[in-house]
Parts: sequence; structure tokens; C-alpha cells
Amino acid sequence: MSSVNDWAAPNPVTTNRSGIIGKPVDRYEGPLKVTGTAPYAYEVQPPSPPAYGVMVGASIAVGRIAAVDTAEAEAAPGVLTVWTHLNVPAQPARGTKAHPRSTQGSKPAFESDRVTYWGQPVALVVADTLENAVAASHLVRLTYEAETPDVDFRARLADAGQPLGEQDMEVGDFDGGFAASAVKLDETWVTPIQNHCQMEPCASVVWWEGDKCVAHTSIQMVKPAQHGLAETLGIDRDAVHLLTRYIGGGFGGKGQTYDDLTLAALAARALGRPVKVAFTRQQMMHGTIHRPATVMRVRLGAEKDGRLNAFSIMTWTHCHKEGSFTEHASNFARALYAAPNRLTGHRLIKLDLPHAGPMRAPGEASGTMSLECAMDELAEQLGLDPVELRIRNEPPVDPENGRPFSQRQLVRCLKEGAQLFGWDRRLPTPGLVRDGRWLVGMGMAAAIRGNFLLPAKCSFSVDADGVITVRQGMTDIGTGTYTVLAQIAAETLGVTLGEVRVEIGDSELPPAPGSGGQFGAASAGSAALAAGMNLRRAIAELATGDPNSPLYGDDPTLVTFQDGVVAIENKSETLATLIRRAAPAGLTIEGDSRPAADMREWSTQTYGSHYCEVGVDTVTGEVRVRRMLGVFAAGRILNYKTARSQLTGGMIWGVGSALTEGNVVDPRYGSLINQDLAQYLVPVQADIGELDAIMLDEVDDKANPMGVKGVGELGNSGAGAAVANAIYNACGVRVRDYPITPDKLLAGLIAKGL
Amino acid sequence: MRTTITVNGEARSLDLDPRTTLLDTLREHLKLTGAKKGCDHGQCGACTVLVNGVRINSCLSLAVAHDGDEVVSIEGVGTVETLHPVQQAFLTHDAFQCGYCTPGQICSTLGMLDELAAGWPSQETAPGAAPVFNDAEIRERMSGNICRCSAYPQIVAAIKDAREAMA
Ligand code: FES
Ligand code: FES
Repeated sequence: MSSVNDWAAPNPVTTNRSGIIGKPVDRYEGPLKVTGTAPYAYEVQPPSPPAYGVMVGASIAVGRIAAVDTAEAEAAPGVLTVWTHLNVPAQPARGTKAHPRSTQGSKPAFESDRVTYWGQPVALVVADTLENAVAASHLVRLTYEAETPDVDFRARLADAGQPLGEQDMEVGDFDGGFAASAVKLDETWVTPIQNHCQMEPCASVVWWEGDKCVAHTSIQMVKPAQHGLAETLGIDRDAVHLLTRYIGGGFGGKGQTYDDLTLAALAARALGRPVKVAFTRQQMMHGTIHRPATVMRVRLGAEKDGRLNAFSIMTWTHCHKEGSFTEHASNFARALYAAPNRLTGHRLIKLDLPHAGPMRAPGEASGTMSLECAMDELAEQLGLDPVELRIRNEPPVDPENGRPFSQRQLVRCLKEGAQLFGWDRRLPTPGLVRDGRWLVGMGMAAAIRGNFLLPAKCSFSVDADGVITVRQGMTDIGTGTYTVLAQIAAETLGVTLGEVRVEIGDSELPPAPGSGGQFGAASAGSAALAAGMNLRRAIAELATGDPNSPLYGDDPTLVTFQDGVVAIENKSETLATLIRRAAPAGLTIEGDSRPAADMREWSTQTYGSHYCEVGVDTVTGEVRVRRMLGVFAAGRILNYKTARSQLTGGMIWGVGSALTEGNVVDPRYGSLINQDLAQYLVPVQADIGELDAIMLDEVDDKANPMGVKGVGELGNSGAGAAVANAIYNACGVRVRDYPITPDKLLAGLIAKGL
Repeated sequence: MRTTITVNGEARSLDLDPRTTLLDTLREHLKLTGAKKGCDHGQCGACTVLVNGVRINSCLSLAVAHDGDEVVSIEGVGTVETLHPVQQAFLTHDAFQCGYCTPGQICSTLGMLDELAAGWPSQETAPGAAPVFNDAEIRERMSGNICRCSAYPQIVAAIKDAREAMA
């Protein structure tokens, strides 16, 4: 069994002889993206002209389709087929796994007459052109028997229960500790439903080559998508070739496939021609998963010196009636602050709302919006600086399981952030800084996000030109996967980045877990390093075993790789010369990596701090983020440029969460009222002022052989709370019901006579 | 309907369904998929192209209304071998992540810089004054282009750099 101790041995990434690891190099696929020549799923050109599929969504939340009339749609110009549950091709029942090791069971489209959420795809029109398909989709007449939707989350809190298989975590005696605390806080925060709003709506183009289904789709995880589609189509898993080379954002929402893929595949088979199906922007809101709303009750009990004596965060949340997803907004807090008496847990209610699921930093993103504001409020009650309050509650080991931290630089993040941001200029009393009609304030919050490592494989090849090709069934959703894999390959084999090719996003390549949970770079990269090491070994043996090589007869373990040259001391030849002579067909070798057996003996997290300055318009209640800085510690950084972008992107998500984002449920219909980008407000350029992210030096040798951790979600953790705390510091109004929109703030401003 | 549009300098004569948007004409008929469809409703800017030198949301415009017009899409701005300074600056500053909004951001930048040079005012321009080139003007004028990856600070940096390189 492997151990983290095995990871301590130096390797090419940790030694970084050529200095390529960490270097802020441009994105590998960047030139294609800035020229518009990277084909996203819907843009892949099929071998023959495609037909266009358009989905129709249910206009009730719950009930059944009582009658179907597709006559007019079928007769419309250019229409090739119209499907509902009555005539969709047969598919294996949901969850069927003909192959026992499939990572995903079948997901049939149009399963029955039953509707379980508003916007659920219920019909498909396929036509020769997009215009004809769209026009005919309006002619599909469905009659529903609607039932009263059970969608009012806030009204159903009392009915929420323990999520299946979970229990509350209590350490010490929370009630007793809380009651005995000198200073107490007991407040409740509310976060709304949020939508990923990836700029590329989910889309698929599918064709068949004989019995083989070729599917280009926009997906974060390749294997489950391939397996699920094969199971749904009732075909062998190898008969599905699934590709996802360029992905226009994922954020968790493309961690699973949707009916666009299933229907495109079924229609392409039925019609004998390629079929394209895309979600519309409006369909994305209901038809794909969302981050569910939460109600979070936070109780903090502290001694007068600020040390927490009791601490609790309880989260109520919701998921689809047939789902089981829980927004674990309390979990992150278990590793954050010391306190002898602790209680955390979750309550889940199943509603007739669309499917809930993971969205960037699931758990932390919502959870920090309560706890990190509660800490701000407690600091004020205690008359302590919020940074100091956090430092006083810094635990020496993981406060719930007693495990040592593999690395924990939270305090350094807090201190360096405070210094760089000019935190000492903050006035603790709210409402004292005026700038014309604006009140100006500063706020901060801590950031934490778990770190994970999943099993992955990778292959490395070298050809007769000395070019290294990395192949992996991994994805790049904007995270920088292409680039960091190229960097690992270049550093490991001692070649330049120009001599590396990266092929990912393909089910026929060695499997990797995909992008999600900020485990991508660590998991995929560790497998790449392993494959690179195997290729090094093979090349070294080739050289030392070849009588024509200057390295002949030497010890293969002594071979070095740098500047495109293989060498032992002063004996050397170029990699290309060696391969051309000794292995003209090239060499290909695989490698894999998996978590170490003893990894869980350490508490491994990523950390950070956020500092924010806002202006609050006393007349309109508008909030402007003027400045924001994040300082993060997340292990070794593979590429400072792409990592910074991930972090600043996450911070901006926090700004959206604090100020504008939220889907509003219409309780009459069970729909989301705001269904497009004019009504669901994600941050735009003018919403963001000066904003930057800084990464501390760190190597976490308990995380994986490279000592790297993820950054894709960390930036989003705590960022919204820093904004909310800055608003309070600016104007003295505390809004605990997100987003903090002008209407909510104005009520408080007026009450304060501002 | 027979429609002739000059796209990236080349006259293209097409027989189009009058319902076809300029965006779908580029993407589905001319296979120029650089312009993206993010919303199809004029709400995101991913489909931004230049028509007779002015930036527009091509999803909101029917192609038949552009008979005789000159359209420049991202494919006409520069190539992988010869990047336009704006494209180069986006690459250098990592002004994108997933890249889906990027062609629209770049076309929008080109249109925006011309609008600024021509003295068109924005919300950020002092009344009666000529607009100045600064961060606030860039942010205001680029707010029609949503980037969900939120590369906004990097986009501002790229635009400032590109303008210098183009001067
Ligand atoms: S696709 Fe045209 S503005 Fe969004
Ligand atoms: S780069 Fe992904 S939306 Fe802008």
C-alpha cells in the first residue's frame, strides 16, 4: 500500500530543474481561443450536414402530461421527427447498468408522462434547419394535469429531516458550552438558489459510424458521461466515443449529462444523420442543476478574550423530490476554528423544484456567507479586530478529528492580506467614512476549501522528433488543464513547452476524474507525473542499452533530462537523436496515480483571506466593490498566471453571491421567475473594481507527489462574506438575506436615518 | 432570400431563411463558429461582431437585413500565426479561462476603442467632455460582454496593453 512518505522523494516537478513548474506561461490552447478556432461541442463539424433538435420544457412543475398533440408540429416545414414520452425510442429503465462497472447508469429521456419539475424536457423537435425546428417546437401542444407544486422552501423548514445516512457532528457539549459563554451570537442567514450560468449552454452533436456512436458534448467528467450514454442507448461502453475538447465553463453544472446528449444520440440513430441539440439560455436555468437555497443558523459562544467556547452551524437546504443532493454548508466549519463544544449538521427537504447539485465550492460558498459574517458580528460585540478574533481561534490540529494539518497557513494569509490591503486604515465603528453620498467601508473573511485526490491514468509518448504527447481523458473547463499538463511534461522530460502536445477530453484516452471539486490539477497532474517518470525510465533504458548511444552501458538511473538532451555527466545526445535511431516508431507508456493509504491521517485543506472595500450609496442603496484582495495558500502553484485567474474568478463569484445573484421561485407555478441573463444578474465588468489574488509559497507534501492543491473553488469561499462585512462596516446595516440588493439595504439605511 | 454579405473581406452570397440571425448565418451556414451563442437574446455579448465597423450582438440581427454589409468576425481579426494586438494581449494577460466569451470580448474591444476614439460618450464620461481612456470607461463600455469565468481584471489589463501596442 502506498504512503504519503513515498511522495517525499524528489521528483522532476519538485526539483523543477528547468523552472517550468510555476512559471506564468500563456495558456496552451490560448491561441485557438483568442482566434475563435477552438471548436466547442456544438461547433464540431460532423461528417455530413446535421439535423437540428430543439427541446420543449414542461410548463408545470408537477403532474402529468394528459394529452399530446404533435400533428401540427410534424406537418411543419422541414420537420423530421417529433418525440414525446409516447414515441421516444425505448431506453433501459433509469439507473440500469448492463455493464456492472459503469460509473453511471442509464438516464432515459422522456421516461413517462410524469413531470417532476418546471422546465423538464418533455418533447423534442428535429428539423432540417434550426429555424424550422424552433418554429415547430412552438406547435407541440401538450395538455397537463397539474398538481399543486410543493416548492416553498422557507415554509417547509420544519419538515426538513436528516439527510440519508448522515448525523449531526457534536464534539463536547454544545448547549452547555453555549449557555456558559460570556458573549453569545445566535443569528440566521439565508442564501437563494443560484445558477451556474456557464457562458456556453449545454450542447451536443452526435453521429453514428456504423454501430459506433460519436458524441461531442460539453461535460466536465468524461467517463461517467460515456458510460451513462452507453447504458441509456443500451450499447457496449466501447461503442460510445465521447469527446469534450473545449468546454465553455462548467462550475459543477456540467458534472453530469442532460437530455441534449441522450436525445441527440437517439435522434442521430433514428434519422441516420448527425443531430445537434443545445439548451437555450432560458432552458439552462431549470433544465440543469442549480445551487440550492440554504437557511443557516449560526451560534457562537465566546469568552471575553475572544476564544470560542461553543460553536454551531446548522444548515437547512432542499433538493429535487427524487434527488438526494445536500448542500453541505456546515461541513467546512469543522476544520476552521478551535472551540471545545461544537455542533454541525444539515437538514434536507425534498421539493418539486428542479434538481439541486454542486456549484463552484459546494458547501463552502454558501457556508462562509453565514459563519464568516457571524465572526464579524462577534468581533464587534467583543470589541476585537475581526482578523485578531480569527487568529485567537486558530486550532493547532484539526479541531474535530485531532489530525495534524498537512499545511495550514491561514494566519499568514490573514496577516499578509491585512498588511497589503491597508486594513489598519479601517475604522471599526461603521458609518464613519464618507465620500460624497457614498459611505465607504472595509470587510474581511477567511477562506477554506477541502483538498482531494482521485485516481487517474495518463499516457506519455515521445516521437522521433523528440516531441512529447500527453494523452488523458481529462477536461479543461477554463481551469488551465492543458497548460499545466504541458508544463509537467516539459519539466519531467526536459523539453521546451513547444515540444509538448496535449490531447484531452476523449473517452478513448486513459481515464482521469475530470474537473470538479478543485481536484483536477492534483489528480490529473499526479498521473501525468507518473507517466512521465515511466517514460523517463524507458528512455533511460533505451539509451543505456543501445550500443550506438554515448550512454551505452551506464546506469539508467543516472540519466538526466534537460534542454532536450539525455545525459550522464559529460556523455550526452539529444532526445530526438536517440529516439530516431533506437525507437523510430516512438515510445508510449502509461502511468497512474492514486491516493495514498495514509492520506487521511492528515487534515488537508486550502486556505485564504479576502479583504474588500465597498461604497454604499446612501440615496439608492447601491453597493460598489471598490477594491478587493485575496491571499491564498494552496500548495505548490503549477502556473501563477492561470492559478491567479482561477482565484480572481472565484472571488468575483463571491461578489455576485453577495450582491446580485439569486433565482426567485414563483410559488404558484414552481418555476424560477428570473430565467435569463437580464434577470439573473451575474457580475459584469462595471461591477468589479480593482481586484487581485496573491498566492503564498507552499508545498504540501501530504497532498500528492507534486505538493500541489486546487485553487478553482478556494477563491469563491469567503469572498461574499468579505463583501457583506464591508457593507456593514460602511453603513452599519447588516443584511442576512442574500443577495444584499438595494431594496434590502435601503430599508436599513432609512431606519438608521441615513 | 438571396443575401450577399462581405464577411472578413470575402463576399458571401447565401440563400437564407429570413428568420436566420446573423449569428446563425456565421455559425451554421458559413461554419465561422468563432462568434458564440451565449444567450441568443442580446444579453451576454458572446456573439459580438463588427458590422460596417460597429460592434453589434449578431444574435439580435437578421442576416437578410445585412445585404451589402461588411461583417468582421473574430476569424477576420487575426490568426493563430499572426495574432492581432488585442488577441495577443488577451493571451498575455490571461484575459479568459474557458474562452467562450472571448471572441465577443475581442470584437467588442475593437468596436469600443473606435467608439472612444470617435468621442462617443458613456455613462462614465463627464457631461459635455470628451471621453478619456481609463479603467472606468473600459469597465463601463465592456459591460455588455459577460464573462462568467470572470476574467474582468485581466480583460481591463489586456485592453490597456493592446491599445498601447496599437498606437
Ligand atoms: S448570444 Fe448574442 S448577446 Fe448573447
Ligand atoms: S472566459 Fe469563460 S466566460 Fe469568459
